[in-house]
Amino acid sequence: MSLLEIHEPGETPLPHAGEASLAVGIDLGTTNSVVAIARDGVPAALHDDTGKALVPSVVAYPDAGGVLVGEEARLLMAREPRNAVASIKRLMGRGAADLHTVAGVLPYEIEPGSGQTDMVKLRIGGKARSPVEISAEILKALRGRAEAALDKPVERAVITVPAYFDDAARTATRDAARVAGLEVLRLVNEPTAAALAYGLDKGSEGLYAVYDLGGGTFDFSLLRLEKGVFQVLATGGDTALGGDDFDRAIAERMLAERRKDGVADQVDEAAVKTALALARQMKEQLSERDQTSGRLELAGTPSFHSLGRAEFEAMITKYISRTLDIATNVLADAGMSASDVQGVVLVGGSTRLPLVRAEVAGMIGKPALTDIDPDEVVALGAALQAEALTGGGDTLLLDITPLSLGLETMGGIVEKVVPRNTPIPVQLAQEFTTYQDGQTAMAIHVVQGEREMVADCRSLARFELSGIPPMTAGAARIRVSFAVDADGLLAVSAEERTTGVAQRIEVKPSYGLSHDDMADMLYDSLEHAEADVTQRLLVEARVEARRNLLALDAALAKDGGLLAADECAALDAGRAHLEAAIAGEDRDAINAAAEALESLSKPFAERRMDRGIREALAGLSVGELESRVGE
Amino acid sequence: MDHFARLGLPAALDLEPAALDRAYFTAQRQWHPDRFVGRPPDERAKASTEAAGLNDAYRTLKDPLSRAVYLAGLNGVELPGDGKTIDDADLLMEAMEAREALHEAATPEAVDALATQVRQDMQRSLEGLGTLFLRHDKAAIRKALLRLRYLDKFAEEARARRTNLQRVKA
Repeated sequence: MSLLEIHEPGETPLPHAGEASLAVGIDLGTTNSVVAIARDGVPAALHDDTGKALVPSVVAYPDAGGVLVGEEARLLMAREPRNAVASIKRLMGRGAADLHTVAGVLPYEIEPGSGQTDMVKLRIGGKARSPVEISAEILKALRGRAEAALDKPVERAVITVPAYFDDAARTATRDAARVAGLEVLRLVNEPTAAALAYGLDKGSEGLYAVYDLGGGTFDFSLLRLEKGVFQVLATGGDTALGGDDFDRAIAERMLAERRKDGVADQVDEAAVKTALALARQMKEQLSERDQTSGRLELAGTPSFHSLGRAEFEAMITKYISRTLDIATNVLADAGMSASDVQGVVLVGGSTRLPLVRAEVAGMIGKPALTDIDPDEVVALGAALQAEALTGGGDTLLLDITPLSLGLETMGGIVEKVVPRNTPIPVQLAQEFTTYQDGQTAMAIHVVQGEREMVADCRSLARFELSGIPPMTAGAARIRVSFAVDADGLLAVSAEERTTGVAQRIEVKPSYGLSHDDMADMLYDSLEHAEADVTQRLLVEARVEARRNLLALDAALAKDGGLLAADECAALDAGRAHLEAAIAGEDRDAINAAAEALESLSKPFAERRMDRGIREALAGLSVGELESRVGE
Repeated sequence: MDHFARLGLPAALDLEPAALDRAYFTAQRQWHPDRFVGRPPDERAKASTEAAGLNDAYRTLKDPLSRAVYLAGLNGVELPGDGKTIDDADLLMEAMEAREALHEAATPEAVDALATQVRQDMQRSLEGLGTLFLRHDKAAIRKALLRLRYLDKFAEEARARRTNLQRVKA
């Protein structure tokens, strides 16, 4: 609206309290997701009607139509396993080669042809769907929960990701938020968010470790807390290690026991899902008691399985050892030893396992901090950061890039440009040269990972720098620049520097998600949640209209003298009309009334603009005027 | 602007880690992109560039060896790029012998002993650098830095070897 545009450059008016949409913190987890909000530095998870904060990260597309998320989707999974999907986070930014099986079968139906060089797609509810759009459904549900709980539109969020998430997975998360209609204020690493929740709560100082073992991912981070500064020193992890692995081990064991008893199972996707669900229950029970049992029924044939805690712990020891190895390496990366650590924060549902608690405490030599619910702590930290980013808190969060970024050079070797644990944002460049006389183009292959060979790292993007003037081999100077922003997202550019004719290419690596895919997804999400969308458009129209009314009021208060009495009356009438529309339920009526008011106020806006320019120019010399224009 | 100036610190070999942290935190409080959420794009871009510059400076100056290499560069001592062949025959011989010793170390404890030796060696060499800088002895600075860089790499290799040995044991 034109009235809004009148303010000095750089002087964006502050959003009016109560008018600005709220910013929430979201922990988009493998197994469960949580949305939280912080007010005046006090975070709280948002609950549903039954008082639960955790939303199971399960999405279902029932035969009956529509989309279900959370507990309802999980219940549907038992009845219509082909229409529901869990642990979708594990597939964010992944290809088919990254997936784990149970008894050789995936608990997903992969869309044929996908996942070879792009992000894998699932066939679910009779349709190919990408992990991005499935995750977007979870985000939409969380957003809906927040809007219901707060009775205000929610358009902005801090979303957490595992520190060890690579660029493809981060980009996929950001895309999912976009599909869900959320502006991501910042992607914050989960361990950092957890530390934020603890640090602000306790006012602690010193070196802290965060051991985060969730459903699908493991992170270990070292942070230094000092007077409101959260500095991440080093981080490490495994994006495919978590409680899901424990479930898989139990499920495999039950299927093997059935085979031994002569049951000839046709192990398909549905059977795997059923076995995994039971395995999960048994695993959770083993945190409370020493022995558990379960009844597994596949294709009408039941079987009974018992499992002791000691036995279970033996099954998962190799996974826990791996987490401790990673932790040891992170300590070494930071040049620290376990005795330097003042406390270790446990995050993620899998840290409820007594074995995990004992091993971590043993390694650090101190009992772990568990006073904040490990399932909620990440979302609480994210909410604090969302408040700090929108309300301007005094905490400063200095994060790092978890994985080295580099380029392929001759012979498939990786040349690292940004080493892991580099503080972000960062811009680093490396120079390369041509290896053939007269070479006019250079292939640039961007990879992420710690290994020396390109084949062992994750490929992020390929592009070609062309138009290099022909020179003798080794004469050209190709400068490749890597920029990692505060969200941990990468942009790469390259230029040839001897000739001064710099050719520049910007590449935003986005693993297998083209702009067309994105557009399709946005469209699909509209198609599938029409009622949802109508509601949100209504809310948005109201917010926008109220914003305009406030701007008009402010303008009238300041420059009302520019208006004649009849103009004033006309504006008042238009104003009342819009207020009435806002009170109603018709979005089109709101928009129409807003437009009418806009055209009514246009002459007023123009007069204000003229006066503003006259005032700005008054008393300025030509020289001063030119220098201002040049600013 | 050089890294020292960017952080408002004297261009010196000796730098109190706490002073570096303080200067870095103060500057980041001003420029970190988190302080510019909701600001116009040009301001955000400037903040991002400034913050990246600060991070580069901090990262370079924090590690004593990389700080020394950087300061040497400011003083006109150019080192060959990382991973280039060593042109110092004595150092080459030393490196080969050390690598052999590392290869023969069969227990984590044996590797630790070598790593400790290297760390002490690095510490001494770093302390000795100050005199060389005072004398502006470019050739000696270059020689010492190349050796330090090699020792640093050796320490890294020792760490990898130790991890491998432990894994085999487990």
